[in-house]
Amino acid sequence: MLKTIRIALWIAVAASLVGVATLLWHKDRQEQAAAFRPEFSLPDEAGTIRTTEEFKGKHVLVFFGFTNCPDICPTTMSEVAQIMDDLGPQADDVQPIFISVDPARDRESGLNEYLAAFHPAILGLAGDEAQTRAAVESFKVFADPEKTASAPGGYTMSHSSSLYLLGPEGDWLRQFEYGTSADDITADLKERL
Amino acid sequence: MMKQIIAGLGLAALLPALALAECAEVSQGDLSIRAAWSRATIGTARPAVFYVTIQNNGSTDDRLTGIETSVAGMPMLHETVMTDGVASMPHATAIDIPAGETVSLAPGGFHGMLMDLEEELKEGESFPVALQFEKAGEVSIDTEVLPIRAREAACGATP
Ligand SMILES: [Cu+2]
Repeated sequence: MLKTIRIALWIAVAASLVGVATLLWHKDRQEQAAAFRPEFSLPDEAGTIRTTEEFKGKHVLVFFGFTNCPDICPTTMSEVAQIMDDLGPQADDVQPIFISVDPARDRESGLNEYLAAFHPAILGLAGDEAQTRAAVESFKVFADPEKTASAPGGYTMSHSSSLYLLGPEGDWLRQFEYGTSADDITADLKERL
Repeated sequence: MMKQIIAGLGLAALLPALALAECAEVSQGDLSIRAAWSRATIGTARPAVFYVTIQNNGSTDDRLTGIETSVAGMPMLHETVMTDGVASMPHATAIDIPAGETVSLAPGGFHGMLMDLEEELKEGESFPVALQFEKAGEVSIDTEVLPIRAREAACGATP
């Protein structure tokens, strides 16, 4: 008899734990529903305006950079290329996007050819100053030209260096700081896909 | 049959040794310099990069004060600096190479910035870079051009 009561109590404990977990999960979902949805509306190399709306249904990995950056930008694009390779068929559900923070130079520079050298899936976008500023502000990131004699053309860009992940609803999911390994990012994505 | 297995095993043992042997090392004074690499470029419009590993085996500190190369009109030492996730890359006037330590110019940190490229850097080729040290003087090393997607030296010498 005592044993039966004990078992019943344990079942009650388990049930309430499941209940709490479900509540937390719902709360989490609701928070996500009210989530931050950064946006961009920027031309690709062909001049077609591409917007966040178009990529609904996919996970989107966004990087802000510029092609005259020889250190962390190619390093990050190499990581992204590795991630896309490692995802295998699941790569179809992920769209990597490179947004130029130096569009004046990158509109002229053959952005597609440069990005394709890393991975053909990476989409390059380079708008005018206003479109670029709008995207930077929407993502709440930072990008600013710095005048310096120690860079080509007399200026370089300081810019946010993380990869930003948007979910299939366009909601901001998380950022991966510079230096996060391709393996860690791939594992994170695989759990979501 | 046995012969092929032995030959296969021999090759398996030899290949990594060959791959490692490709990584040039140059010593001068207290310094040994190795794993010099760069990424292939598309044309000459964008700056290229130079990475290297420098080991100070001596008991006195040294400093890397500059680089020279025939492939770029304006080579310069830079440091990528992260401030609250924002990257910038100021000019580094000198890079300390403390006694007994190994310092790498590697992705996300110090790098040689090769501006005003004179020629496209093609994967599989190499080019010389002269490093200027305060104490050890000038040391030249052959720099391997790796694929644009490379993330580290082919010989994995970056600690
Ligand atoms: Cu630089």
